[in-house]
Amino acid sequence: MSLENTLPLEGEAASDEAQTPPRRALLDRLLPTIAGLVFLLGWEGLVRGYNISKFILPPPSLIFTTMIAQRDALLRSLQFTATISLSAFCLAIVSGVTLGVLLTQSRTVERTFWPYAVAMQVTPVVAIAPLIIIWVGLDRVWLALLILAWIVAFFPMLSNTAIGMKSADHGLINVFDLYGASRWKKLRYLQLPSAMPFILAGARISSGLSVIGAVVAEFVAGSGSATGLAYMIIESGTMLNIPRMFSALTVLSLFGLTIWHITSAVQRKLLSKWHESELKQEN
Amino acid sequence: MQMQSQGGAVLAIPQALVTQDAPEASARTKPLVRMQHISKVYSNGTVALRNLNLDVEQNEFVSLLGPSGCGKSTALRLVAGLGGFTRGAIDWPTSTYDAYGKPEREVGFVFQEATLMPWATVFDNVYLPLRLKNMNRKAVTERVKSVLELVGLDKFADSYPRELSGGMKMRVSIARALVTQPKLLLMDEPFAALDEITRTKLSNDLLDIWRKAQCTVMFVTHSVFESVYLSTRIVVMAARPGRIVGELPIDEPYPRDPSFRMTPRYSAHCREVSSLLDKAMNS
Repeated sequence: MSLENTLPLEGEAASDEAQTPPRRALLDRLLPTIAGLVFLLGWEGLVRGYNISKFILPPPSLIFTTMIAQRDALLRSLQFTATISLSAFCLAIVSGVTLGVLLTQSRTVERTFWPYAVAMQVTPVVAIAPLIIIWVGLDRVWLALLILAWIVAFFPMLSNTAIGMKSADHGLINVFDLYGASRWKKLRYLQLPSAMPFILAGARISSGLSVIGAVVAEFVAGSGSATGLAYMIIESGTMLNIPRMFSALTVLSLFGLTIWHITSAVQRKLLSKWHESELKQEN
Repeated sequence: MQMQSQGGAVLAIPQALVTQDAPEASARTKPLVRMQHISKVYSNGTVALRNLNLDVEQNEFVSLLGPSGCGKSTALRLVAGLGGFTRGAIDWPTSTYDAYGKPEREVGFVFQEATLMPWATVFDNVYLPLRLKNMNRKAVTERVKSVLELVGLDKFADSYPRELSGGMKMRVSIARALVTQPKLLLMDEPFAALDEITRTKLSNDLLDIWRKAQCTVMFVTHSVFESVYLSTRIVVMAARPGRIVGELPIDEPYPRDPSFRMTPRYSAHCREVSSLLDKAMNS
């Protein structure tokens, strides 16, 4: 009938483009890999060519063999650092989202506590690390590290959730008001979905920061009970075992990369259907 | 074309069904909404509405026409219960009132923007008002589907808003407003953001929907042609302060089709409305 649709759909355009993405994805992976290999080969060549001492810059091959030789120690340290930073990350997500939601429920509450959240953010974690370590005691350094990593990872979650909660479309708020939606339903069906892209962006930043927080805190805590990758780096430095230092560094950045990719994948999965940031280019 | 055949049927339908001279006394004695002496003054002293009196009869299609700032959208929002007013009363003679004296407003609202939730499918967007009324998704599936069919989008139930054109998004918005089977459909310049061709098509479809859904429509517009084509009655408003300056019945039979736009009577109505609007602008 007259209601039959004559409006154009974007579907056709999308299917035309459908052939390019696999090629593009392949290039996206291939190019960085090639660049990395060239860089490593150049490094190896330079170190060998100029006969640079391994105490200054070890060649990648030596770092690799050290990694294999030291794999038990490396894995133990990785386990420690990973546990601390992942726990801190989870805590940051839960506390950041919860407080972000609570904070935006009332203007007064938000005005009252927001400055302190900012203060917590701008104080360098290194500066409060000794205090936290003293408070929780040197026999529980892991707890101090957890708290410090959490403090660092917490703020992006809090601020992004708060901004996201307030980003709900005004017209949609009207629709919800029209049907007399309760505060809870507005939260559940409007504000939280609106905040999702912001929360996920916050989680991506937070995941990286939780690793940084854990490492920095471990540096400050220094010797003894902390046995993570950061301590391994310090220890190797004092022993002038530079290849071991580099292998710990490598493991650390591989770990950071892994978290980044996992959070990105989660973000893509949750937003791919609707959010601009994850849509494939259609023209 | 099909318009011809529809045009032929037009004459057979008694005008009485839609015009104010309807013999059904009940429709005349009990308006659906009665706005009496409505004034709205903002705290900065701006008078948005001054002494507005308007009865909306059952099953009519009344357009509020006027320049921007004349308070036509404000009036519509007041009927929907969105926002308060300074003086006057809005009564719903045919509705039931709850214990707090709040009328059970059976209204649907279509905003100027489609205001759809980008994260939800077309189905879920239309289901929203029912979800907010705690109605089980399974129990109302048929209802949602039938209203999607009414606006011609039954094949797009699983699409996301971003996959739809502007006109289709507006259809979803209309479906969402109709899914609660409201007595009164409020439309705030719903076609203003659409192109001319889509607009014309949607106007025709809207008349079709209005007839099938058997509801009353309050339609805000600043287009003389649109209001003459659609309405049973046009209320002309003026700005500063927002007020009604006059009203004109468009005593023409339904269903109307594009050939109506070519008739001398249509032109005469347009001239009449325009001159009233001119007077409103210059007063």
